[in-house]
Amino acid sequence: MSKVLKGLLYSNDHEWVKKLNDEEVLVGITDFAAKELGSVVFVDLPEVGDAVEANTEFGAVESVKAASDLVSPVSGEVLEINEDLVGEPEQVNEDAFAAWMIKVKLSNKEELENLLSAEEYEAIL
Amino acid sequence: MKYDKLIFELSSPGRVGYSLPKPQYPKYSISDLQNHLRTTDAVLPEVSELDCVRHYTNISHKNHGVETGFYPLGSCTMKYNPKINEEIAKTFSFPRLHPYQPVSTIQGALRMYHELQDSLAKISGLSEFTLNSYAGAHGELVGLMIMKQYHHFNKDFMRNKVIIPDSAHGTNPASTTVSGMEVIEIESNDQGMVDLDALKAVLSDEIAGMMLTNPNTLGIFEKDIQEITRLVHEAGGLMYYDGANLNAMLGKVRPGDMGFDIMHINLHKTFSTPHGGGGPGSGPVGVKDFLVKFLPNPTIKKLDDYYYISNEADAIGQISGFFGNYLVELRAYSYILNLGKENLMNVGPYSVLNANYIREKLRKNYELPIQDFCMHEVVFDGLKHNPNEIRTLDVAKRLLDYGMHAPTIYFPLLFHQSIMIEPTETESLQTIDHFIETMNQIAEEAKTDPDTLRNAPLTTPISRTDEVFAAKQMIFTYKDYLEYIERGE
Amino acid sequence: MFKYFPHTKQDIELMLKELNISSIDELFAAVPKEVLLDHEYDLPSEMSEMEVRNYLKTLSDKNQELLIFSGLGLYDHYTPSVIDAITSRQEFLTSYTPYQPEVSQGTLQYIFEYQSMIQSLTGLDVSNASMYDGTTAAAEACFMACSISRRNKILISSTMHPSAIQVIKTYLRFKGHEFEMVPAKDGVLDQDALSGMLDKEVAGLIVQNPNFFGLIESYDGLADLLHENKSIFIQHGDISALGVLKTPGENGADIACGDCQSLGMPLSFGGPTIGYLATIKKHVRKMPGRICGYTTDTFGNRAFVLTLQAREQHIRRAKANSNICSNQSLLVLYSTVYLSIMGKQGIKEVNSLSYQNAHYLYDQLLKTKKFFDPFQQPFLKEFTLETTLSHDLIKEALLANGIFGGFSLSGFSDDYENLINFAVTEKRTKAEIDKLLSVLEGLS
Repeated sequence: MSKVLKGLLYSNDHEWVKKLNDEEVLVGITDFAAKELGSVVFVDLPEVGDAVEANTEFGAVESVKAASDLVSPVSGEVLEINEDLVGEPEQVNEDAFAAWMIKVKLSNKEELENLLSAEEYEAIL
Repeated sequence: MKYDKLIFELSSPGRVGYSLPKPQYPKYSISDLQNHLRTTDAVLPEVSELDCVRHYTNISHKNHGVETGFYPLGSCTMKYNPKINEEIAKTFSFPRLHPYQPVSTIQGALRMYHELQDSLAKISGLSEFTLNSYAGAHGELVGLMIMKQYHHFNKDFMRNKVIIPDSAHGTNPASTTVSGMEVIEIESNDQGMVDLDALKAVLSDEIAGMMLTNPNTLGIFEKDIQEITRLVHEAGGLMYYDGANLNAMLGKVRPGDMGFDIMHINLHKTFSTPHGGGGPGSGPVGVKDFLVKFLPNPTIKKLDDYYYISNEADAIGQISGFFGNYLVELRAYSYILNLGKENLMNVGPYSVLNANYIREKLRKNYELPIQDFCMHEVVFDGLKHNPNEIRTLDVAKRLLDYGMHAPTIYFPLLFHQSIMIEPTETESLQTIDHFIETMNQIAEEAKTDPDTLRNAPLTTPISRTDEVFAAKQMIFTYKDYLEYIERGE
Repeated sequence: MFKYFPHTKQDIELMLKELNISSIDELFAAVPKEVLLDHEYDLPSEMSEMEVRNYLKTLSDKNQELLIFSGLGLYDHYTPSVIDAITSRQEFLTSYTPYQPEVSQGTLQYIFEYQSMIQSLTGLDVSNASMYDGTTAAAEACFMACSISRRNKILISSTMHPSAIQVIKTYLRFKGHEFEMVPAKDGVLDQDALSGMLDKEVAGLIVQNPNFFGLIESYDGLADLLHENKSIFIQHGDISALGVLKTPGENGADIACGDCQSLGMPLSFGGPTIGYLATIKKHVRKMPGRICGYTTDTFGNRAFVLTLQAREQHIRRAKANSNICSNQSLLVLYSTVYLSIMGKQGIKEVNSLSYQNAHYLYDQLLKTKKFFDPFQQPFLKEFTLETTLSHDLIKEALLANGIFGGFSLSGFSDDYENLINFAVTEKRTKAEIDKLLSVLEGLS
């Protein structure tokens, strides 16, 4: 059974969004997605300063037997990436909600309204 | 202790395994090239001839080959590789010919190519083949290039989408991307067959064509094939036949007669050339008459009894250095000559008979998701009575303990526990019965001794491997390996 | 009965009975009647083994084996007898792709050894398990450059082999990438012209060394120039030469590719050969093809597996790096055994002997005053000259003496109208070289 954390926002593509403040969010993949992939061996992240766009790819995660594109739930600019995941991609399996991938400065806050609540996300699993 | 050495570990400075003639012109010195030379020697082994031969003989014992035991690998057609083919590829003049030699000195080589392509055309119901493409996936790419070139030639630049069922081999969508076209995936029905309504829904004037393998990747004949080809043709698209499963059709159906315009053949599957541990294969591409001018350069033409090399203006271009994997082609031609028209007629029927016999004899213990007769391969969806939740992987690994190669597993993707078995026509009833007994015994073990299955194989040179470690550590060379040992992790 | 089909009449009857049908045809009930084959193939009747051998021998006899004095991408090097003995072993010859590592350690281990040798010869970090041939390896290297740089244009050195250029162009054109040719100066890459062509569209440059004319090119400063422009540097070429020449790594290249035919493989009318492809570790996930890696089994034994498979077509499908699904595995073994037997010293000696033989022939040809060197550049075993003699005359005279050499390059390009090619390997004896010389000296 996969975990769904209350208080976060979710996308249909199994990414989570955590609001840090009005402008900034963290993005990662859900526990469900991490379990589906199996042992993650590689996380490919964008560069700081890159623009991301809602519903488009910003990177990829790879396990031994599968690979999946990371699809951004929001639009904006990448402020930070989680460098730890480059050396220790297994963190994604250990705690998917702690293993954030990118920090984004939002360019369109209204996009958050299109995302799912924890309850809504749980319903699609 | 099992043999466990890398060739580098047998090396000693100054030891040699070769002998070359003495210099004939010692006054010339390569050191005159000075700063064009590498500054350090390459790290290559220094071993005696015996050490080298013994090393590779020892590691060969860690491999399972078709001559070791049964090789029921679905989708791969692991049939016997006749010895006469090997002899011919080595003894005659063919290996010592340079393709740029004067045409008068390579008439036999050109003629072999021409006769083989002509034989393949007759077997396929198409007009002409190129043999230049090196492998099945390479053939797919070349075939798709021809498809695209055809539409562009007709100034039909909109047609850039290729319809591919979601049950297709992974190479189909990958080749489409490389050819610069876009994949339109359509869902298959519960037998992996094309859903005609799903097909109709995506047909438009943007469709370049459709790729299909028949029998499909579940080993089932696509019975609506005429309707499918009619619909795609009506919409202006071309039909591409993925020849991966052609073995079942030999002697029974020609792709050209089913309405296909372009196809590739895997000579290393259907025409008995050895797989060589993953290659070299050969992937000839055949087309109907109206597409012949698009075949890649160079082409080999015939005028009366004279054969010559020609580069055609409308061709897609060149896709290989020369004439493909020529010595592989030669082996396939030897096979076709050996079998002749009489025996070629039996390849499909016997391979289909073998597969259905296995299907019938294993259905008691293995879940059979499709009730119709299969073609040359049969797909099961894991164990039927499975109280210990033994996975397909465990069944496959246990088979290795019994001296047989594993079937293809977890493909097709339509089922969660797929086991795909392809026996080929070269296996005898005794071999097949032995395989069936073993599979049924494994089904029994799954109930009574599940841990043995979970830990299998136990008798092979190594046991199950840590694939996560390999992907994370990325140790690809002896240099990486020494550095890893040095780090002492 | 036929020797590859073990089915006796009784076997078939028994099997049909188990299936509860009366004929094999019933298994094909799903095939519509209209498409069922109702006649035999229009092909010859079956032949016995003797007849097959005789027939193919008659075709073989229509060929002529010649003494090889040209190269152009295929080199007539010596083959140690060990190689055929090993590559003929059924465990290697008849096995499939090593997807079941427990029964494929033989294949996986030689792939690992091959990758190690290619790594050292190229001076880069990582090699894949091989590509179809040198030309397709070059095309895939260009795709890699586009994918790494996220740019769209490849610069191709016009001193590359015309076939490689053609294959690269075909691949790029279909995939939707652009290309431009970089001109040559004195038979080698014109670096000045190149610097004027670099812009933000340039994904990478591909060069060949030794180049199509056999000449050794110098790439001083080239890597910096390309990297400042964030473009990828691809060096293509014959692998055997890298036993002595400056490596792609030393030249600062990001990707190395080419053909391994020069590792003692027969000419084989052009195939099969094998392409190598190597890169720096940073780009390994952009590399196409199989890669073998080290790991351990559950008991801690050393083991090898195919790894980083998530790049490949069977997982990534339309988004894979490449559609390639095989490697030239048996020729990986061939290359590995060759490099093991020749070893550290042998690979240098082969190059040194070829160098001496080629330079002797070169000097003697210039002495005849019928041949001229238009380029005046260093070379290894292959060189290109101009001549006052008719190309057809040379071809016919040599052919009459059983020699293939002095190949006219005029068919490749109008620019090469007066050029002819020679290559000499360690296999050519003094007697053979003198024979070639005496034929050419007698022409006017």
